[in-house]
Amino acid sequence: MRENLHRFFRAARGAGVRLSPAESIDAMRAVSKVGFSDRTVLRDTFLLTLAKTQDEKKALGDCFDLFFDQPEPSQPPPEDSETDRSDTPESGAASDTPGDADGGDDQAQDLGQLAQMLLSQDRNAMAAAIANASNAASLSDIRYFTQRGIFSGRILDQMGIQRLRDDLDALTANNPALAERLQAALDGLRDTVRETVSQALMLYGREEAENLRNEILRNAPLSRIEPRQVEQMRLLIRQIARRLRERYSKPRKRQRRGHLDVRRTIRRNAAWGGVPFLTAWKRRHRDKPKIIALCDVSGSVARVSDFFLLLIHSLHEVVSDVRSFAFSGHLIEVSDILESKSPEEAMAEIMSKAGFGSSDYGNSFADFEHEWMNAITPQTTVIILGDARSNNLDPRADILRRIGERSKRLVWLNPEGRMAWGWGDSEMPRYSTFCTVVRQCATAQQLERAVSDIVASYQ
Amino acid sequence: MADKGPTASIEAVESGLAAQGYIASRQIATAVYLSQQIDKPILVEGPAGVGKTELAKAIAAWRGLKMIRLQCYEGLDEAKALYEWKYAKQLLYTQILKDKLGEVLGGAETLHDALAQLHDFGDVFFSKEFVEPRPLLQALEQPAGCVLLIDEIDKSDAEFESLLLEILSDFQVTIPELGTVTAVAAPTVILTSNSERDLGDALKRRCLHLHIGFPEQKLEERIVESRVPGISQTLRKQMVGFIHEVRSLDLKKLPSVSETIDWARVLVLLQAPELGSEIVKDTLNVLLKYEADIEATLPQVSTFIAKTSRQSVVFG
Repeated sequence: MRENLHRFFRAARGAGVRLSPAESIDAMRAVSKVGFSDRTVLRDTFLLTLAKTQDEKKALGDCFDLFFDQPEPSQPPPEDSETDRSDTPESGAASDTPGDADGGDDQAQDLGQLAQMLLSQDRNAMAAAIANASNAASLSDIRYFTQRGIFSGRILDQMGIQRLRDDLDALTANNPALAERLQAALDGLRDTVRETVSQALMLYGREEAENLRNEILRNAPLSRIEPRQVEQMRLLIRQIARRLRERYSKPRKRQRRGHLDVRRTIRRNAAWGGVPFLTAWKRRHRDKPKIIALCDVSGSVARVSDFFLLLIHSLHEVVSDVRSFAFSGHLIEVSDILESKSPEEAMAEIMSKAGFGSSDYGNSFADFEHEWMNAITPQTTVIILGDARSNNLDPRADILRRIGERSKRLVWLNPEGRMAWGWGDSEMPRYSTFCTVVRQCATAQQLERAVSDIVASYQ
Repeated sequence: MADKGPTASIEAVESGLAAQGYIASRQIATAVYLSQQIDKPILVEGPAGVGKTELAKAIAAWRGLKMIRLQCYEGLDEAKALYEWKYAKQLLYTQILKDKLGEVLGGAETLHDALAQLHDFGDVFFSKEFVEPRPLLQALEQPAGCVLLIDEIDKSDAEFESLLLEILSDFQVTIPELGTVTAVAAPTVILTSNSERDLGDALKRRCLHLHIGFPEQKLEERIVESRVPGISQTLRKQMVGFIHEVRSLDLKKLPSVSETIDWARVLVLLQAPELGSEIVKDTLNVLLKYEADIEATLPQVSTFIAKTSRQSVVFG
């Protein structure tokens, strides 16, 4: 039983529930109190002890149902599913022990155990044998879908498929009718094993598969991802935002040890005639980042801007003040649109308002200086996201210089590779002289690093 | 533990709570049972008004234990939650004992001797008598055990959580001057949270995590039955059905169990024989707490009533 619980914990981790050893010990203790007799109580017990959020509860509930619903014949009561898988050690070494099942057929005497089992159609014994073989083949180590074949093969080997093939060969010569029945049963067995393996993959492999996919997605160029991946990418961006929030939303006060705050100490101790019982220490307040983001929404940069804006605007706890602007030919403020609408709608509206025309950096900077230059304070970080391809129009680098002088930092994120900067109509070399930092920002990973650095500079 | 009796099984917990007028779902009963069996605190999350605080009260009443409540708020600290030194008393005592101290120290020739003698007194002024116990310390000192309710933990600062960790896992606190105070009898600890902010993993790990959502229709009917006995069966069915319809709307604040009970009381008070659109419109403000929500619900009222009365005909 304990073995089964351990495997369940592993499956739960695969389902995205974070389990520490301490939690599994607690769960074991709780289970020892409630017992296994009632399935719903057992389920509730796991939900109470293991899951710590509503999402985890749901994931764990699904995992529980999947785990304790082995592909099994319908006759036995449900709580037997785990007991008969672990408590039948006698069929562990399946192939050698002579079968004592009441086979029914006379010819079945000199057949191997697996063949007898298949012919007698003893579903309980079948399920137990499959479970034992999967244990022996350590099915719970399955991680990737490419391993399905190998595990199915291993399980069938464990169950004695070799012997069965010999039997089948022998039977085709002597008793074709029985051979046909056996062949049909074997096909059925193959299907069941394949199903078992698929289910195990769903249980144990989910986490790994997700990690792999996220890893690929993280390093994929944002501007060229396919439409069907956009939703996944949004999810990934939200995860990144959550990670950044967790890292940087810690209390913003740090005590300056050793510096007595005299005024507050006197005030606090007025009740005791100024005898300083309680001391107050000076604290240093850290500012929350103030960000002004200017995003190019023309052509290929639009996708990157989309994700960038999504990320910046999901950082409420970390960033106190974000104002975003979008431009291609001219520049508009889009903060309100992003705050009030869902990401898809917001982006559609932004594109319809600012997304037409070829990009004109000079004109857009002029728009910005004309109306919003006052918004920049010495605490502001200005982030410009764009490829700096201004179609050979006046780049107005002088405005950029003034922006850089007014702000704390001026960061330029360019989705193009460093190689392409300065080639063709790219004005990057001219702009980069006025920027505090210039970085390439083409993938989700680079995006995360860039934003993380910006926020960290305020800590 | 001596109290094995009342918490022997999940059913016993369920009926024990029901005797106090708290109709617990199976999951809640399981949580309470487990917390008694493996001595773990319960962290209860859920929307406002589903009976999180009520659960603690019901447990206290059922077990006949004292309930100690610690209401959390921003800025709550050690001095208000755990213990505090009685400064004034310490100061007063030093003043009163001044002469006595002078006598005792009079024999000392040098400053060094005086200091050595003073050390011999030990920490008279930092002893148990000068500690003002706050809720957490009080809870540990109850000889018969108690129910400790730490209400709305999400309102407190993140630092306060860390303070709780020692109490929650080992039922003890460490006071630097006195040493470690261990619980006489392990208290039953209930923490509640409205999920205003995410609690730390360390805290969550030490607790059983119970989420109380809105109850199912049958359960809610039983709750109303136990809380408002005067209400007729048809009206009860209708109003609970109506509330379940309202909860399917996209509202700012959904009506929870406490609102259901309030509304049932109001309906009984107005002697409504059954749910009519007039009376619903008049009393909707008991159920919904925002003007926008009421406006969103008003046009739907007659549809909902028609739906619920149809249901009650079928089942009743």
